[in-house]
Amino acid sequence: MEALLRIKNLKVYYYLREGVVKAVDGVNFSMRKGETVGLVGESGSGKSTLGLSILKLVPSPGKIVDGQILFDSKDITKLDNKKMRMVRGKRVSMVFQDPMTSLNPLMRIEDHLTETIKAHQKVTQEEAKEKAALLLGEVGIPPERAKDYPHQFSGGMRQRVGIALAIALNPDLLIADEFTSSLDVIVQFQILNLMKKLKASYNMGMIFISHDISLVSEIADKIALMYAGQIVEFAPADAFFEEHLHPYSEALLNSVPNVQLSDQKLSYIPGMPPDLVNPPRGCRFYPRCPYAKDLCREKEPPLIEVKPDYMVKCFRYDEKRS
Amino acid sequence: MVQVKYSPSKFIVSKLKSICPRKGTEYFALIGFIIILSIILMAIFAPFIAPYNPIKKVGGILEEPNGRFILGTDGLGRDIFSRIIFGARTAISVTFLAVIISLSFGVLLGLLSGYIGGKFDSIFSLVMDAIYSFPGLILAIVLAAMLGPGILNTAIAIAVIYTPTYFRMVRGLVLSLKESLFVEAARAIGAKDRTIVFKYIFPNVISSVPIVLSLNAADAVLTLAALSFLGLGLPAPTPDWGFDLKAGHAYLASKIWWPSTFPGLMIVILTLGFSLLGEGINEILTPELRR
Amino acid sequence: MRLNQIIWLNASDMMKREVELKVVNLKKYFPVQKSFLERLFSKKIEYVQAVNEISFQVKKGEVFSLVGESGCGKTTTGRLIVRLIDPTGGKIFFKGKDVTSLKGESLREFRRYAQIIFQNPYASLNPKMRIGEAMGDPLEIHGIATGEKKKKIVFEMLEKVGLEPAKKFYGVYPFELSGGQRQRIAIGRAMILNPELVVADEPISMIDVSLRAKILELMLTLKDEKNLTYIFITHDLAVAKYISDWIGIMYLGEIVEIGRKEQIFSTPLHPYTKALLSAIPVPNPKRKREDIQLKGEVPSSINPPSGCKFHPRCNFATEKCRSSKPSLQLLEKDHQVACHLF
Repeated sequence: MEALLRIKNLKVYYYLREGVVKAVDGVNFSMRKGETVGLVGESGSGKSTLGLSILKLVPSPGKIVDGQILFDSKDITKLDNKKMRMVRGKRVSMVFQDPMTSLNPLMRIEDHLTETIKAHQKVTQEEAKEKAALLLGEVGIPPERAKDYPHQFSGGMRQRVGIALAIALNPDLLIADEFTSSLDVIVQFQILNLMKKLKASYNMGMIFISHDISLVSEIADKIALMYAGQIVEFAPADAFFEEHLHPYSEALLNSVPNVQLSDQKLSYIPGMPPDLVNPPRGCRFYPRCPYAKDLCREKEPPLIEVKPDYMVKCFRYDEKRS
Repeated sequence: MVQVKYSPSKFIVSKLKSICPRKGTEYFALIGFIIILSIILMAIFAPFIAPYNPIKKVGGILEEPNGRFILGTDGLGRDIFSRIIFGARTAISVTFLAVIISLSFGVLLGLLSGYIGGKFDSIFSLVMDAIYSFPGLILAIVLAAMLGPGILNTAIAIAVIYTPTYFRMVRGLVLSLKESLFVEAARAIGAKDRTIVFKYIFPNVISSVPIVLSLNAADAVLTLAALSFLGLGLPAPTPDWGFDLKAGHAYLASKIWWPSTFPGLMIVILTLGFSLLGEGINEILTPELRR
Repeated sequence: MRLNQIIWLNASDMMKREVELKVVNLKKYFPVQKSFLERLFSKKIEYVQAVNEISFQVKKGEVFSLVGESGCGKTTTGRLIVRLIDPTGGKIFFKGKDVTSLKGESLREFRRYAQIIFQNPYASLNPKMRIGEAMGDPLEIHGIATGEKKKKIVFEMLEKVGLEPAKKFYGVYPFELSGGQRQRIAIGRAMILNPELVVADEPISMIDVSLRAKILELMLTLKDEKNLTYIFITHDLAVAKYISDWIGIMYLGEIVEIGRKEQIFSTPLHPYTKALLSAIPVPNPKRKREDIQLKGEVPSSINPPSGCKFHPRCNFATEKCRSSKPSLQLLEKDHQVACHLF
């Protein structure tokens, strides 16, 4: 099957006064239509930057420095602003942690939707309103609330509105960045179920960005784990949780409290992530890795395909060397 | 290899460059500082720099700038250059005194008023708002007239109009800091009110003061000039830029420009110095604006 | 500590675990801020019923977790316990002594024994105070130590929380440290007075996942060393399972279930507890779980529902649930629930 999105050696750097922060430093990634990828990482891993760069929304002083983002085989890094606007919303859309800031407080919810629809499609106001009502129904907002303003909605409802806006134009890819982080457990559960349902009915590709690996396991088909600006493991979700080949994956899963285990021995990862202004030349996880060898310090490990669809960036799986 | 000479000014500029966010702004603070420092030095060493006694007739009336009197003489035959130099003393002392008085009262009252709240706060806010809403210059004129001439009195007259500025700024900051988490944490460890105000709130307020301070000083220079211009504030024959500006004003029609231009220029330079310093400090202290 | 207190404590150590904290019908209502026009047209004052008559007790050396979603009142309860805010009603007893209305010097005295760790390590430290100074401040405030003696105690605490070399960290400002480090400072500062009761308000929710266990481990080590009693406030049941002895589930200002950790997780009773448990994400896509769908969202605590506050969302609600409020009943040893189903 043809890949919906293929990212080749992407590098996104932030040019700050203190130095150049290499937030995304050589990311290779691909996903198919209808697939949900969970992009997981802690703070500073580069996951948000990666998500934003797919929509070319990286804020200045950030820049896409190198690499390609092939969406439907077209390199969108080369697109100008005008063409990019045609892509955003229509083919790729994004939802954020707090849609309150992206909703106009003076506009009714219904109008938000009709504006978006009319901006991209040639329909009458009536038709747009009908579509808006349909969308609100799909995300579980009662029709009588369509004429309300954003501040009248609770957190969970606003997230639903955010989803409605994102799927209004039937995009091929939806990127959700820490989308449920501000929600309570039960509402989070409801929203996640909603997204699973929509994913199925719209056959949408989804990139679900989160620091919470347990959360991501609820919805993802594949897991991409990021560390210090690079993807260190990319595998189908089931396989990931069973095998977790990369030392960071293993360490991370051991540090997450699992409510189904009794007498869990929780551990933490000693040390700190590397400085992204001067990343080390070898493996970035080297100082904190329990399996580290001298080779790891000297050279950067390649992304190795351990099995079909399962990639790990670690020398332990490099047969050529072992 | 050519040995690059290491100069103190280059060092200072490079230090400022590293902390100033926008290109070029590192020079603001430096230039402002140099200007003010020069004028302060001028004031301190006046007797050694000035060629003549500033209050004595030493030459002809209204002599044009020449070899003996580089800036000319005024209507009473006094050397303008010497008067400019000695004028720095009054400008600096009144300005600094006024700023110190208004700062001390404004900040202290703002701290207490903001923290204590209640009736105390209501009363002081009312008083400060009343002063603030009064046109500054007019109030200064009234006070100067009431208090009479002299450096201290003039300084007080000016200080009164600026006290509300500090008060309002500090009070506003205190009101928001009062609710902050680290103040709550201080209360949780058992800190007394006194400790909270001076150890926790005050240090977080004080960083906003320098910018207000220098801009106030700039304004004070102009107010002092205005007062002297109107004949209030300092007694003649004290060399004072504002006074000399006014005195020289009358001759402008006859194309005799030097008695008023040079004092006027000094007022502008000192004001500029304070403004640049204020802007520069503002840039340095607000790293949030850095991109 | 004063001599008579030392004697008292030794006696209690010899007996079985004493009740360290007891809360009875604790209530906190906040008046709703009204605009000028609103005040003009209606004299009625509305209240946010943040904490609505809760009761529980905690024995010395135990970890009691208050679990609930945002708005349930757990944070307010934490602040009430350390008396950062005053209760609207009810009583708080610390080691048998009524501390509900302490003021002034006696309140300050109480603070030596009851401390709090806040959620946000980026905001709970004075940005203009060096951390050595910040950590030593409680010692100065309570007149325990100054100067060199104070510095020595701070150095010891810095090492204890894992910030070594102490000398390097003593003069550092908060902005130079990471979130995890700052939280450890906050913990050290809370512990430096050797308190007996510590309220921890979501202490790890703003820390990176892979570093959370480090903070938890530090807190547990300190608990064992100093025989501390913790009130652990969290929305994360998985963390609560890891760290607690007892768990209290809160909903809209009330405690709906209390029990030992094992009981809450293996035999949850209240419908809300069950819904919460079913909603927790688990890092295992293959797990089997009960899929409980709750209706609607948490209602406002200004006009809460009548009777059992949970009834509008409950799949088992009856008429009785709507009309009368259930109180906590003991169903099995140590396990209480407030629900008409029982």
